[in-house]
Parts: sequence; C-alpha cells; structure tokens
Amino acid sequence: MMSRNIQLDEQGRLRHFLSIEGLKRSQLVDILDLAESFAGVTEQAVKKVPLLRGKTIVNLFFEASTRTRVTFELAAKRLSADVLNINMDISSTVKGETLLDTLQNLEAMHCDMFVVRHPDSGAANFIAQHVLPHVHVINAGDGRHAHPTQAMLDMFTIRRIKGEFAPLTVAIIGDIMHSRVARSQINALTTLGVNEVRVIAPRTLIPKEVEDLGVHVHHDLRQGLRDVDVVIALRLQYERMQGALLPSEHEYFQLYGLTEDKLGQAKPDAMIMHPGPINRGVEIASGVADGPRSVILQQVTHGIAVRMAVMAMAMGSTPGKEG
Amino acid sequence: MKDDIEAMLETMAEELRARLAALQVTNPLMIGIHSGGVWVAERLHALLGLQEPLGKLDISFYRDDFSRIGLNPAVRPSQLPFTVDGRYIILVDDVLYTGRTVRAALNEIFDYGRPDAVILATLVDRGGRELPIQADVVGKSMALSAHEHVKLAGPVPLQLIIKQTP
Repeated sequence: MMSRNIQLDEQGRLRHFLSIEGLKRSQLVDILDLAESFAGVTEQAVKKVPLLRGKTIVNLFFEASTRTRVTFELAAKRLSADVLNINMDISSTVKGETLLDTLQNLEAMHCDMFVVRHPDSGAANFIAQHVLPHVHVINAGDGRHAHPTQAMLDMFTIRRIKGEFAPLTVAIIGDIMHSRVARSQINALTTLGVNEVRVIAPRTLIPKEVEDLGVHVHHDLRQGLRDVDVVIALRLQYERMQGALLPSEHEYFQLYGLTEDKLGQAKPDAMIMHPGPINRGVEIASGVADGPRSVILQQVTHGIAVRMAVMAMAMGSTPGKEG
Repeated sequence: MKDDIEAMLETMAEELRARLAALQVTNPLMIGIHSGGVWVAERLHALLGLQEPLGKLDISFYRDDFSRIGLNPAVRPSQLPFTVDGRYIILVDDVLYTGRTVRAALNEIFDYGRPDAVILATLVDRGGRELPIQADVVGKSMALSAHEHVKLAGPVPLQLIIKQTP
C-alpha cells in the first residue's frame, strides 16, 4: 500500500506526527493512554515533568492560530522543554529566505522539534523529509490536509465521556470541504472503530471523494442528527471560502446551525463538540455552545495532555545517542 | 518462596510499626512505585492498617534514561489522592538496585508538595548502588552480581525470580 510511513522509525515508533492516516488503532490508543497519564500532571502543585529538559521545541507558524500555538507551548513547557515561537508571517519569508534555509538555520541552533502550522497541504511532510535524523516534526495543521493533534484531542474527549468507540454514531457538521480537522477526525474515528460516521453539510461543502473514507453523507441536519451520540460542529471557514458556496450566514444558520430544537433528534446524552474558535449564531447557537452537553472547553484542556503525549512519544523515539 | 515473602512482609511491617511508634507518627502516608512497589505497598498498607488510601507513582516521566531508551509505552497515571505537604511518607519499592528509581520518585513526590519526611522500604536490597540512597526498612538483602537480575512477579502470588543476564 504505502512504501514506508515517514512518521514511523524502523521499529515502528512514532518519529514525526504528521497525519492520522497510516497509523494503526493500537498506535492511536497508545497516544490516548499516554495523554491520560499526562492529564494527571495538572494535578501536581508543580505542573511540570522533567521529561524533555534541555530539549528545544520551535513553534513554526506560517498561519495565525493563537489557541493551537498556546496549547502546544503549554504542553512543551509542562514537559520542561524550551520553546521558541516563530511567526513566519512576519519573519524571514518576507526577506526572501526559503523554507529550507530557515529550517537549516534553526537546526544549526540545535533545535530538536518543529511544530508546524502552514496554509499549504503537505508542508509538514515536506519539512519532515528534510530535517536532520534527530529532529522531529509535529503537524499543527497543514492546508486542507490534516490536523492530527486536534483529531486526537477530540478522540480523547470522546473516550473520556463515552468510554468506548465501538457503539458510537458520530455526526460531523459543516464545512467538510475545507476542513483538515474533519479529514483527520474521520480517519481517527474509523481507525478507532466507531459504529458510524456521518457528515452533514450542503452539497457545495462536501468533497466528492468523502464517501471513500467510509462515511455516510447527509444534507438534511435533522435527519443526520437522528440518534447520534456525538455531535461535532465545524467552524465555517470564511478565510478559506472563495466564491458563492453559501447563500448567507443567516441562511446557513437556519439550515445547518446547531440549535437545541434540532438537537432534539440526537440521543438525550449526546455530547456537543467544536474545535474552535466558534462563530456564535453561525454554525452553533450560543445556548448550545454554553449548554450542559457542550464539552468545547474540555476539548481545549485535553489539547494540552494530548500534545504532551505526541511530543514525548516522538522525542522518545530518537535513536541511540544521548541527548 | 511464597511463604518466605509473607514472612519478609511481616518483618517489614513490624519494623515500620516500631519506627512509627518511636517517632510518634500516627498517620503516615504510603506510596508504592509501579508495578512491583505497588504490590508490596498494598500488602504493607493492609498489615499496618493504614486509614488513608495508598498512593501510586509511575516514575516514567522522571527517569534519567529517557533520551537513551525513550518512553515506557505502559506508563500509567500517578495517583496521589492526598496532599503530601507536612506528611510522613513511607515510600515502597520492590527491589533497590542503582537508586535511580528512588531518585526519580523523590523528585516526583516533591513536585506534589513538601513532605515532612520520607523513609524508604524495599522488599529486596540487591546492592549495586550508583547514587547515595539507602533503604530504611529492607525485607531481604542479597549480594547479586551485575549479571544477575532479580524481579518481583505478581500481584498474586508474589514471587521473587532471579535470572542470569549476559
């Protein structure tokens, strides 16, 4: 199928974390289990473990994202690593330095890990192919391709609340077309073996090939929400939306906005998720986002433990020599 | 060997009781180090009739060999369901060897707070220390060479296994 997954080292351990694709169920479960251990660190008086002491982690962000950057930074600091934040919008690229030049300069400063957010699909893979053997790369979102740590923190949140994946029906609502989050979530949910994944959106926001991923497509929200256990609303990506894919925000909310009324179709104990930042009154009603079934803020908290887990796993795979 | 371990545990409990009485400590906390240390601690906890729940430490995040061997995939969350500040702590492990595990455990405990005192109880002291760490209460001392490996199998029954390593 695939020649060799560049995410894995010779022993099959996670060397980079670039996408959910190509990872086995047991590997995803290992990440979730390890994250569970790291979640306990926040109960300590000193919310820090010395695991990555002396390591340097660079947050290389070619696209703004405060929440993702901050949770990666907190995760790295709780592992005792040193963190460098580089916002490439306003850095070397405007001076004409190429991406590889920037990387080589950072490697020359003995950085051990790059956390990469980039508007182009495949950027993190590209970087992973060009780093030195002891350097690790974590994908913090690349174009429309993948956002694997977001998907894993969502899986962590689902497992904490629902316990098991097998009996669950999960609905993902909104801009599937432009969403790297949706793509990673679908891969993670199917790999972890949920009963059913549904995607719900207007025709213009669903890519043709999505059914190949093993999901059921719905265009009617009420129908799609029937008896689901987990509801994931996606952010309407204004910044990625070009052309007239949607009539208007108002009409979108009428048809696809999550309201208590429409959620009446879901199971009474359905959990409501959103990767943030939320557009209140567009994809989700304020009352739902702040309601008792919403786990949106728990997702943010879990993001730290999950990011600690993938950073520690990748860094722990460094072969041979003493760091 | 099983009855032998029962006898060792009872002797250890006896020594701990005497030590606590001498220091007038009435409510110590007990913390076991995963996995074998927890099994030993569970037994000692019951023999001493301690009231507060047993604490469990997984010291994987505090080890000093992470950059050489990576992370133990079977790491479990540490559970210290109490405040350690100002308390008298009995730290329990199965085998005391280099002292590195105990060093890591002490670091982790101090990230939860500042205990008044920590004493160390181990089922076996096999020698071979690489750090200035000693046990206060020992079930059995063995002089093993670097080519011998002693491991506690359990949780039921507890059994000491000695193997030759190349």
